Amino acid sequence: MMESVLSPLWISLSTVFTATIITFFTGIAVARWMARYEGKLRNFIDGILILPLVLPPTVVGLGLLMLFGKYGPIGQLLLLFGTTVVFSWPATVITATVVSFPLMYMNARGAFEQVDVSVENAARTLGASEWRTFWSVTLPLAWPGVAAGAVMAFARAIGEFGATLMLAGYIPGRTATIPVTIYFAVQDGEMNQALVLVVIVLIIVFISLSALAYFKSKSYKVITV
Amino acid sequence: MQSKFTSCISIGLLLIVLLCVGCSASAVTVNVSAAASLTDVITEINALYQKENPNVTVIANYAGSGTLQQQIENGAPADVFISASPKQIDALQSKNLIVEDTRKDLLCNKVVLIVPGDSTLEIKSFNDLTGDSVKKVSIGDPDSVPAGQYARDILNQFDIMETLKPKLVLASNVRQVLQYVESSNVDAGIVFLTDAKISKSVKVVADAPDDINQKVLYPVAVINTGKDTTAALAYETFLFSDQAAAIFDKYGFTVIKPKTSK
Repeated sequence: MMESVLSPLWISLSTVFTATIITFFTGIAVARWMARYEGKLRNFIDGILILPLVLPPTVVGLGLLMLFGKYGPIGQLLLLFGTTVVFSWPATVITATVVSFPLMYMNARGAFEQVDVSVENAARTLGASEWRTFWSVTLPLAWPGVAAGAVMAFARAIGEFGATLMLAGYIPGRTATIPVTIYFAVQDGEMNQALVLVVIVLIIVFISLSALAYFKSKSYKVITV
Repeated sequence: MQSKFTSCISIGLLLIVLLCVGCSASAVTVNVSAAASLTDVITEINALYQKENPNVTVIANYAGSGTLQQQIENGAPADVFISASPKQIDALQSKNLIVEDTRKDLLCNKVVLIVPGDSTLEIKSFNDLTGDSVKKVSIGDPDSVPAGQYARDILNQFDIMETLKPKLVLASNVRQVLQYVESSNVDAGIVFLTDAKISKSVKVVADAPDDINQKVLYPVAVINTGKDTTAALAYETFLFSDQAAAIFDKYGFTVIKPKTSK
């Protein structure tokens, strides 16, 4: 019983933390760029970036399977290096990252757009480099929104099921995350195992929502450094 | 304004109710829950059955037998259940969900080891699966998928279950195993012979030992729904007819002569 609960918990946590770290940095980078991008393709690129959030997870999963599968373009590329990701732990990270990215991106972009350009310009006139302006001015001002995005991405990643099952499969002890294990446990009639895992998910999600409420309460105006 | 809104809602609800009543009254419906490995053959049989019995609507639901069992236990509409293994029907029988004397062994099948058609790995027997070049092997989830249950029996018999565990990708039904092998995302899989037959892109490399193949039975039973079972019984009888047998045969199944089991 311990093993059948701890193993999916460990897989889920390691997957979700890795995915959240990846989405955190890529989300900030892309959001920062898009917040100031005024080009013609703005709405189009924006749509593409948000797509994984609105598509059914099975569609995302199938898309990823076609990309990363043995005959897919990325799958073929990986084969050249003698490796595959389908039905492996990295596959759980890939799906969690892809489905949680839009939440990180949307929140971070919104936060960056709220930052007054004149404050950034003030930093620039004082001789700060673009890099320093971003780290010392833009990011601290946008922080509550960025942090909220990270928490929402985390919560979305922990709940990922459909795409994970398609790309990572169900390998107990390797790719069986909590949601996938719950699905199989219910099918097998292992209600106790399923219910314990459900409680664990509830606790994790509750903690992340509390964190979200905390970041939201620290509103933009409060930071006046 | 408020009352207009309320009346709109009530008219809407009334229409929905009428629609539901209309549906159920128009014809006799037989809900068939069939194991995933029977998808193609039951679809064809149902088409024939409906042609001969225009007043009956047959609605089929295909999934892993374990899923179907859970659905039936939780009250999903099912009049006839065709399982890929006796285990699920035993479970339903112990919960009194099966109409007495309707349980019969319908079909027999074989379990085989398959590899992708273009596989270059030298897999010729179940023992070859332990080789280092074999990275992933798919079987049905042994606790809920009959094909997986037989796969576990085979691997235990060859004493390679423990060695293979880290390589095993467990699928929620047998067709998923087939798809994993077809797409070459796993190196080998264990499915029923009939599944292997419907795919052009996989090849059969080994048969299960005879003592396991003898156990591969597909029982059928009429589910106790509390409703009239006449239509369900007629459908079950049709499954044992010569016409149905010809279709089963085409897909590689062998129909067992009707005889109530257990």
